[in-house]
Amino acid sequence: MAAPSDLNIDRVAELSRLALTAEEKVRFSAQLGSVLGHIEQLSKIDVTGIEPTAHAFPLHNIWAADVARPGLAVADALRNAPAQRENMIVVPKVME
Amino acid sequence: MSVPLHFQSIAELSAHLAARRISSVELTQAVIARTKAVEARVHAFNSFDEPDALAQAAASDSRRAGGQSCGALDGIPIGLKDVIAVSGQPLTASSKMLANFVSPYNATVTESLQSAGAVLHGRLNCDEFAMGSSTENSAFGPAHNPWDLTRTPGGSSGGSAAALASGSAIATLGSDTGGSIRQPAALCSLVGLKPTYGLISRFGLIAYASSLDQIGPFARTVEDAAIVLGAIAGHDPRDSTSFKTEIPDYRAELKLRRGPWKLGIPKEYFGAGLDPEVGAAVEKAIAYYRALGCEIREVSLPHTRYCLDAYYVIATAEASSNLARYDGIRYGHRSKDAKDVLDVYQKSRAEGFGDEVKRRIILGTYVLSSGYYDAYYLRAQKVRTLIRQDFLNAYREVDALITPTSPIPAFKLGEKSADPLAMYLCDIYTIGVNLAGLPALSLPCGFTAGGLPIGLQLIGQPFREADLLATAHAYEQAHDWHTKFPSL
Repeated sequence: MAAPSDLNIDRVAELSRLALTAEEKVRFSAQLGSVLGHIEQLSKIDVTGIEPTAHAFPLHNIWAADVARPGLAVADALRNAPAQRENMIVVPKVME
Repeated sequence: MSVPLHFQSIAELSAHLAARRISSVELTQAVIARTKAVEARVHAFNSFDEPDALAQAAASDSRRAGGQSCGALDGIPIGLKDVIAVSGQPLTASSKMLANFVSPYNATVTESLQSAGAVLHGRLNCDEFAMGSSTENSAFGPAHNPWDLTRTPGGSSGGSAAALASGSAIATLGSDTGGSIRQPAALCSLVGLKPTYGLISRFGLIAYASSLDQIGPFARTVEDAAIVLGAIAGHDPRDSTSFKTEIPDYRAELKLRRGPWKLGIPKEYFGAGLDPEVGAAVEKAIAYYRALGCEIREVSLPHTRYCLDAYYVIATAEASSNLARYDGIRYGHRSKDAKDVLDVYQKSRAEGFGDEVKRRIILGTYVLSSGYYDAYYLRAQKVRTLIRQDFLNAYREVDALITPTSPIPAFKLGEKSADPLAMYLCDIYTIGVNLAGLPALSLPCGFTAGGLPIGLQLIGQPFREADLLATAHAYEQAHDWHTKFPSL
C-alpha cells in the first residue's frame, strides 16, 4: 500500500475542485497524514479471494417504466439558482 | 408533580389528544414556548417556522374534530434534522454552501409524517453535511447538550437529540451513516434507532455516503420509536435502494415478542478506550437480561479493529462523489470573485464548505484516484465483506448483540475539534453496523457519577426491527432512565 506521504495535496485539491489556502494545505496534509497512517492497517488483512461489498444487501438494477411524469416547475427549479435570466441559469463564459 | 407536556411521550400525548384533554395547538404552543425558553442555550435548531407549525396543529385539531384523526402521530410536534427536505422550508445541511437554499420538494419521510398528521416543527442543527460526531462542524455553531451545556450532544444528529432532550420536540428524525443517530441518543439519554439499510426511503435526504446513510427516529421511549418507525418505514419507488419488505405493526409487536433472547457480547467492544463508568453501566444491563432468563454468550467480531479504517475510506469516497454536485452553478453558494467556470467550482466550494467537509472530500478523492483505488477503496470494500460476515456468523449463535453505544459519555465542546482522528474514534462501536447494513438502537442505561447519560447499543438482524425494539422494550420496562429529564 502507498505510504501516507504520497498524499500530494496540490494534486488532490485540484481533482477535488477545492481552492485551498497555503495554510489549509499544510494543516490538512498533517491531519490526513495521521488518518491515513491509521488506515494503513487495512493492508495487514489478507483479502485474497474476498469479493468486495458495495452495498450491505445485494441490489441489482431496478427498472422503472419509461413514462413521462411531471417534474419541478421552472420557477421551482430556478428558485435556488445563484444567477438566472429568461428561465435559464447564468454561468461564466465557458469558451473564449 | 406531573410531567410537563413538552417532556411527555408520544404514547401519553396521543392519549391526551384522543381524549380531548389537550389540543394539538395547545401542545404545539407548549413546545414552542419551551423552545423559546431554552433555544438560546441549546442551539438545537437551524430554522423554525412558528406560524407554519401552528397551522399544521390547527389542521390536526380540525381533522380530529371531524372524526378524521390519522392515528398516534396526529398533532404531535416532530423535528427534522436539517438534511431532510421539507418543501418551501430552508434546507441547509448546516453548511454555508446551502445557507440560502429553500427546498423545492418533500423527502418521502416528510410526506409520510405529514400523512400521519405530525406537526413538522423546525429544522435541526447537525454537523455540516452530517460529517462529525459533535455538531461542532455546523457552520452555524454547535448544539449544546441539555444535560451539561458545556458539552456536546453528540453528532452528527446532535440538534435532533438536543431538541428532544430539552423538550423542544416530542420526537425527531436524524440520519445515521456511522453512528449519527445512536451516539447522540446515548449522550442525551434518548432512544435512537438506525434501521436496516433499505427499510426507509432516503429520497429527499441530502446524501453523504449512500451505501451507509439511513434515516431513523429519536424518541423518549422504545414505544415512541416504534410508532415513528411504523410511520416512515416501507418501500419507495423513488429510492432504488429501498426494499420491498413487510412492515409489521412495530408498536403492537412490542407486547407480542417476548424473550428470552440469546444475546451476544462481542468481546472486541469491551477493550481499551472504554470509559469504566460506561462499561459498568453496560455490564449492569447485561446482568439484567441474564436475570430475565436470556442466554448471554460471548461472541467474536474479529475484524472490528478494521471498521474505522474501512469506514473512512468508503464513506469519504462516496462523499467526494456525492458532494461533487455542489459546484456553484445550479444552486448553492457561488463565489463572487470567480473569473471562469473552473474558478466558480474551486472558489465556490472553498468558500462554501467547512474544514471537515473539505478534509473528507480530499481523503475520498485521494482514495479513489488513479493508482490508489485498489490499495484503498477496493481493499476497504473487501474488508467490508469480512466485517459483515463477522456479524452474520455471530447471528448463527445469538439473536442480537449488546455493546456500549459510545466509548465515552458526552465530551466538552472544543475538546476534540482539533484532532480529527480522536473525533473519529467516538464512532468505533457504531460504525460496523452501518458497514454491515444492520439495524441497531441506543437506549438509556444509566448516568455517570457526574450526571452524564450512558447509552446501551442493541444490534439486531436485518429487517427484524420488531425483535430489536421488543428486546429494548423489555429492558426499558424495568428501568426508569427515560423518566429523568435535564434541568434547564
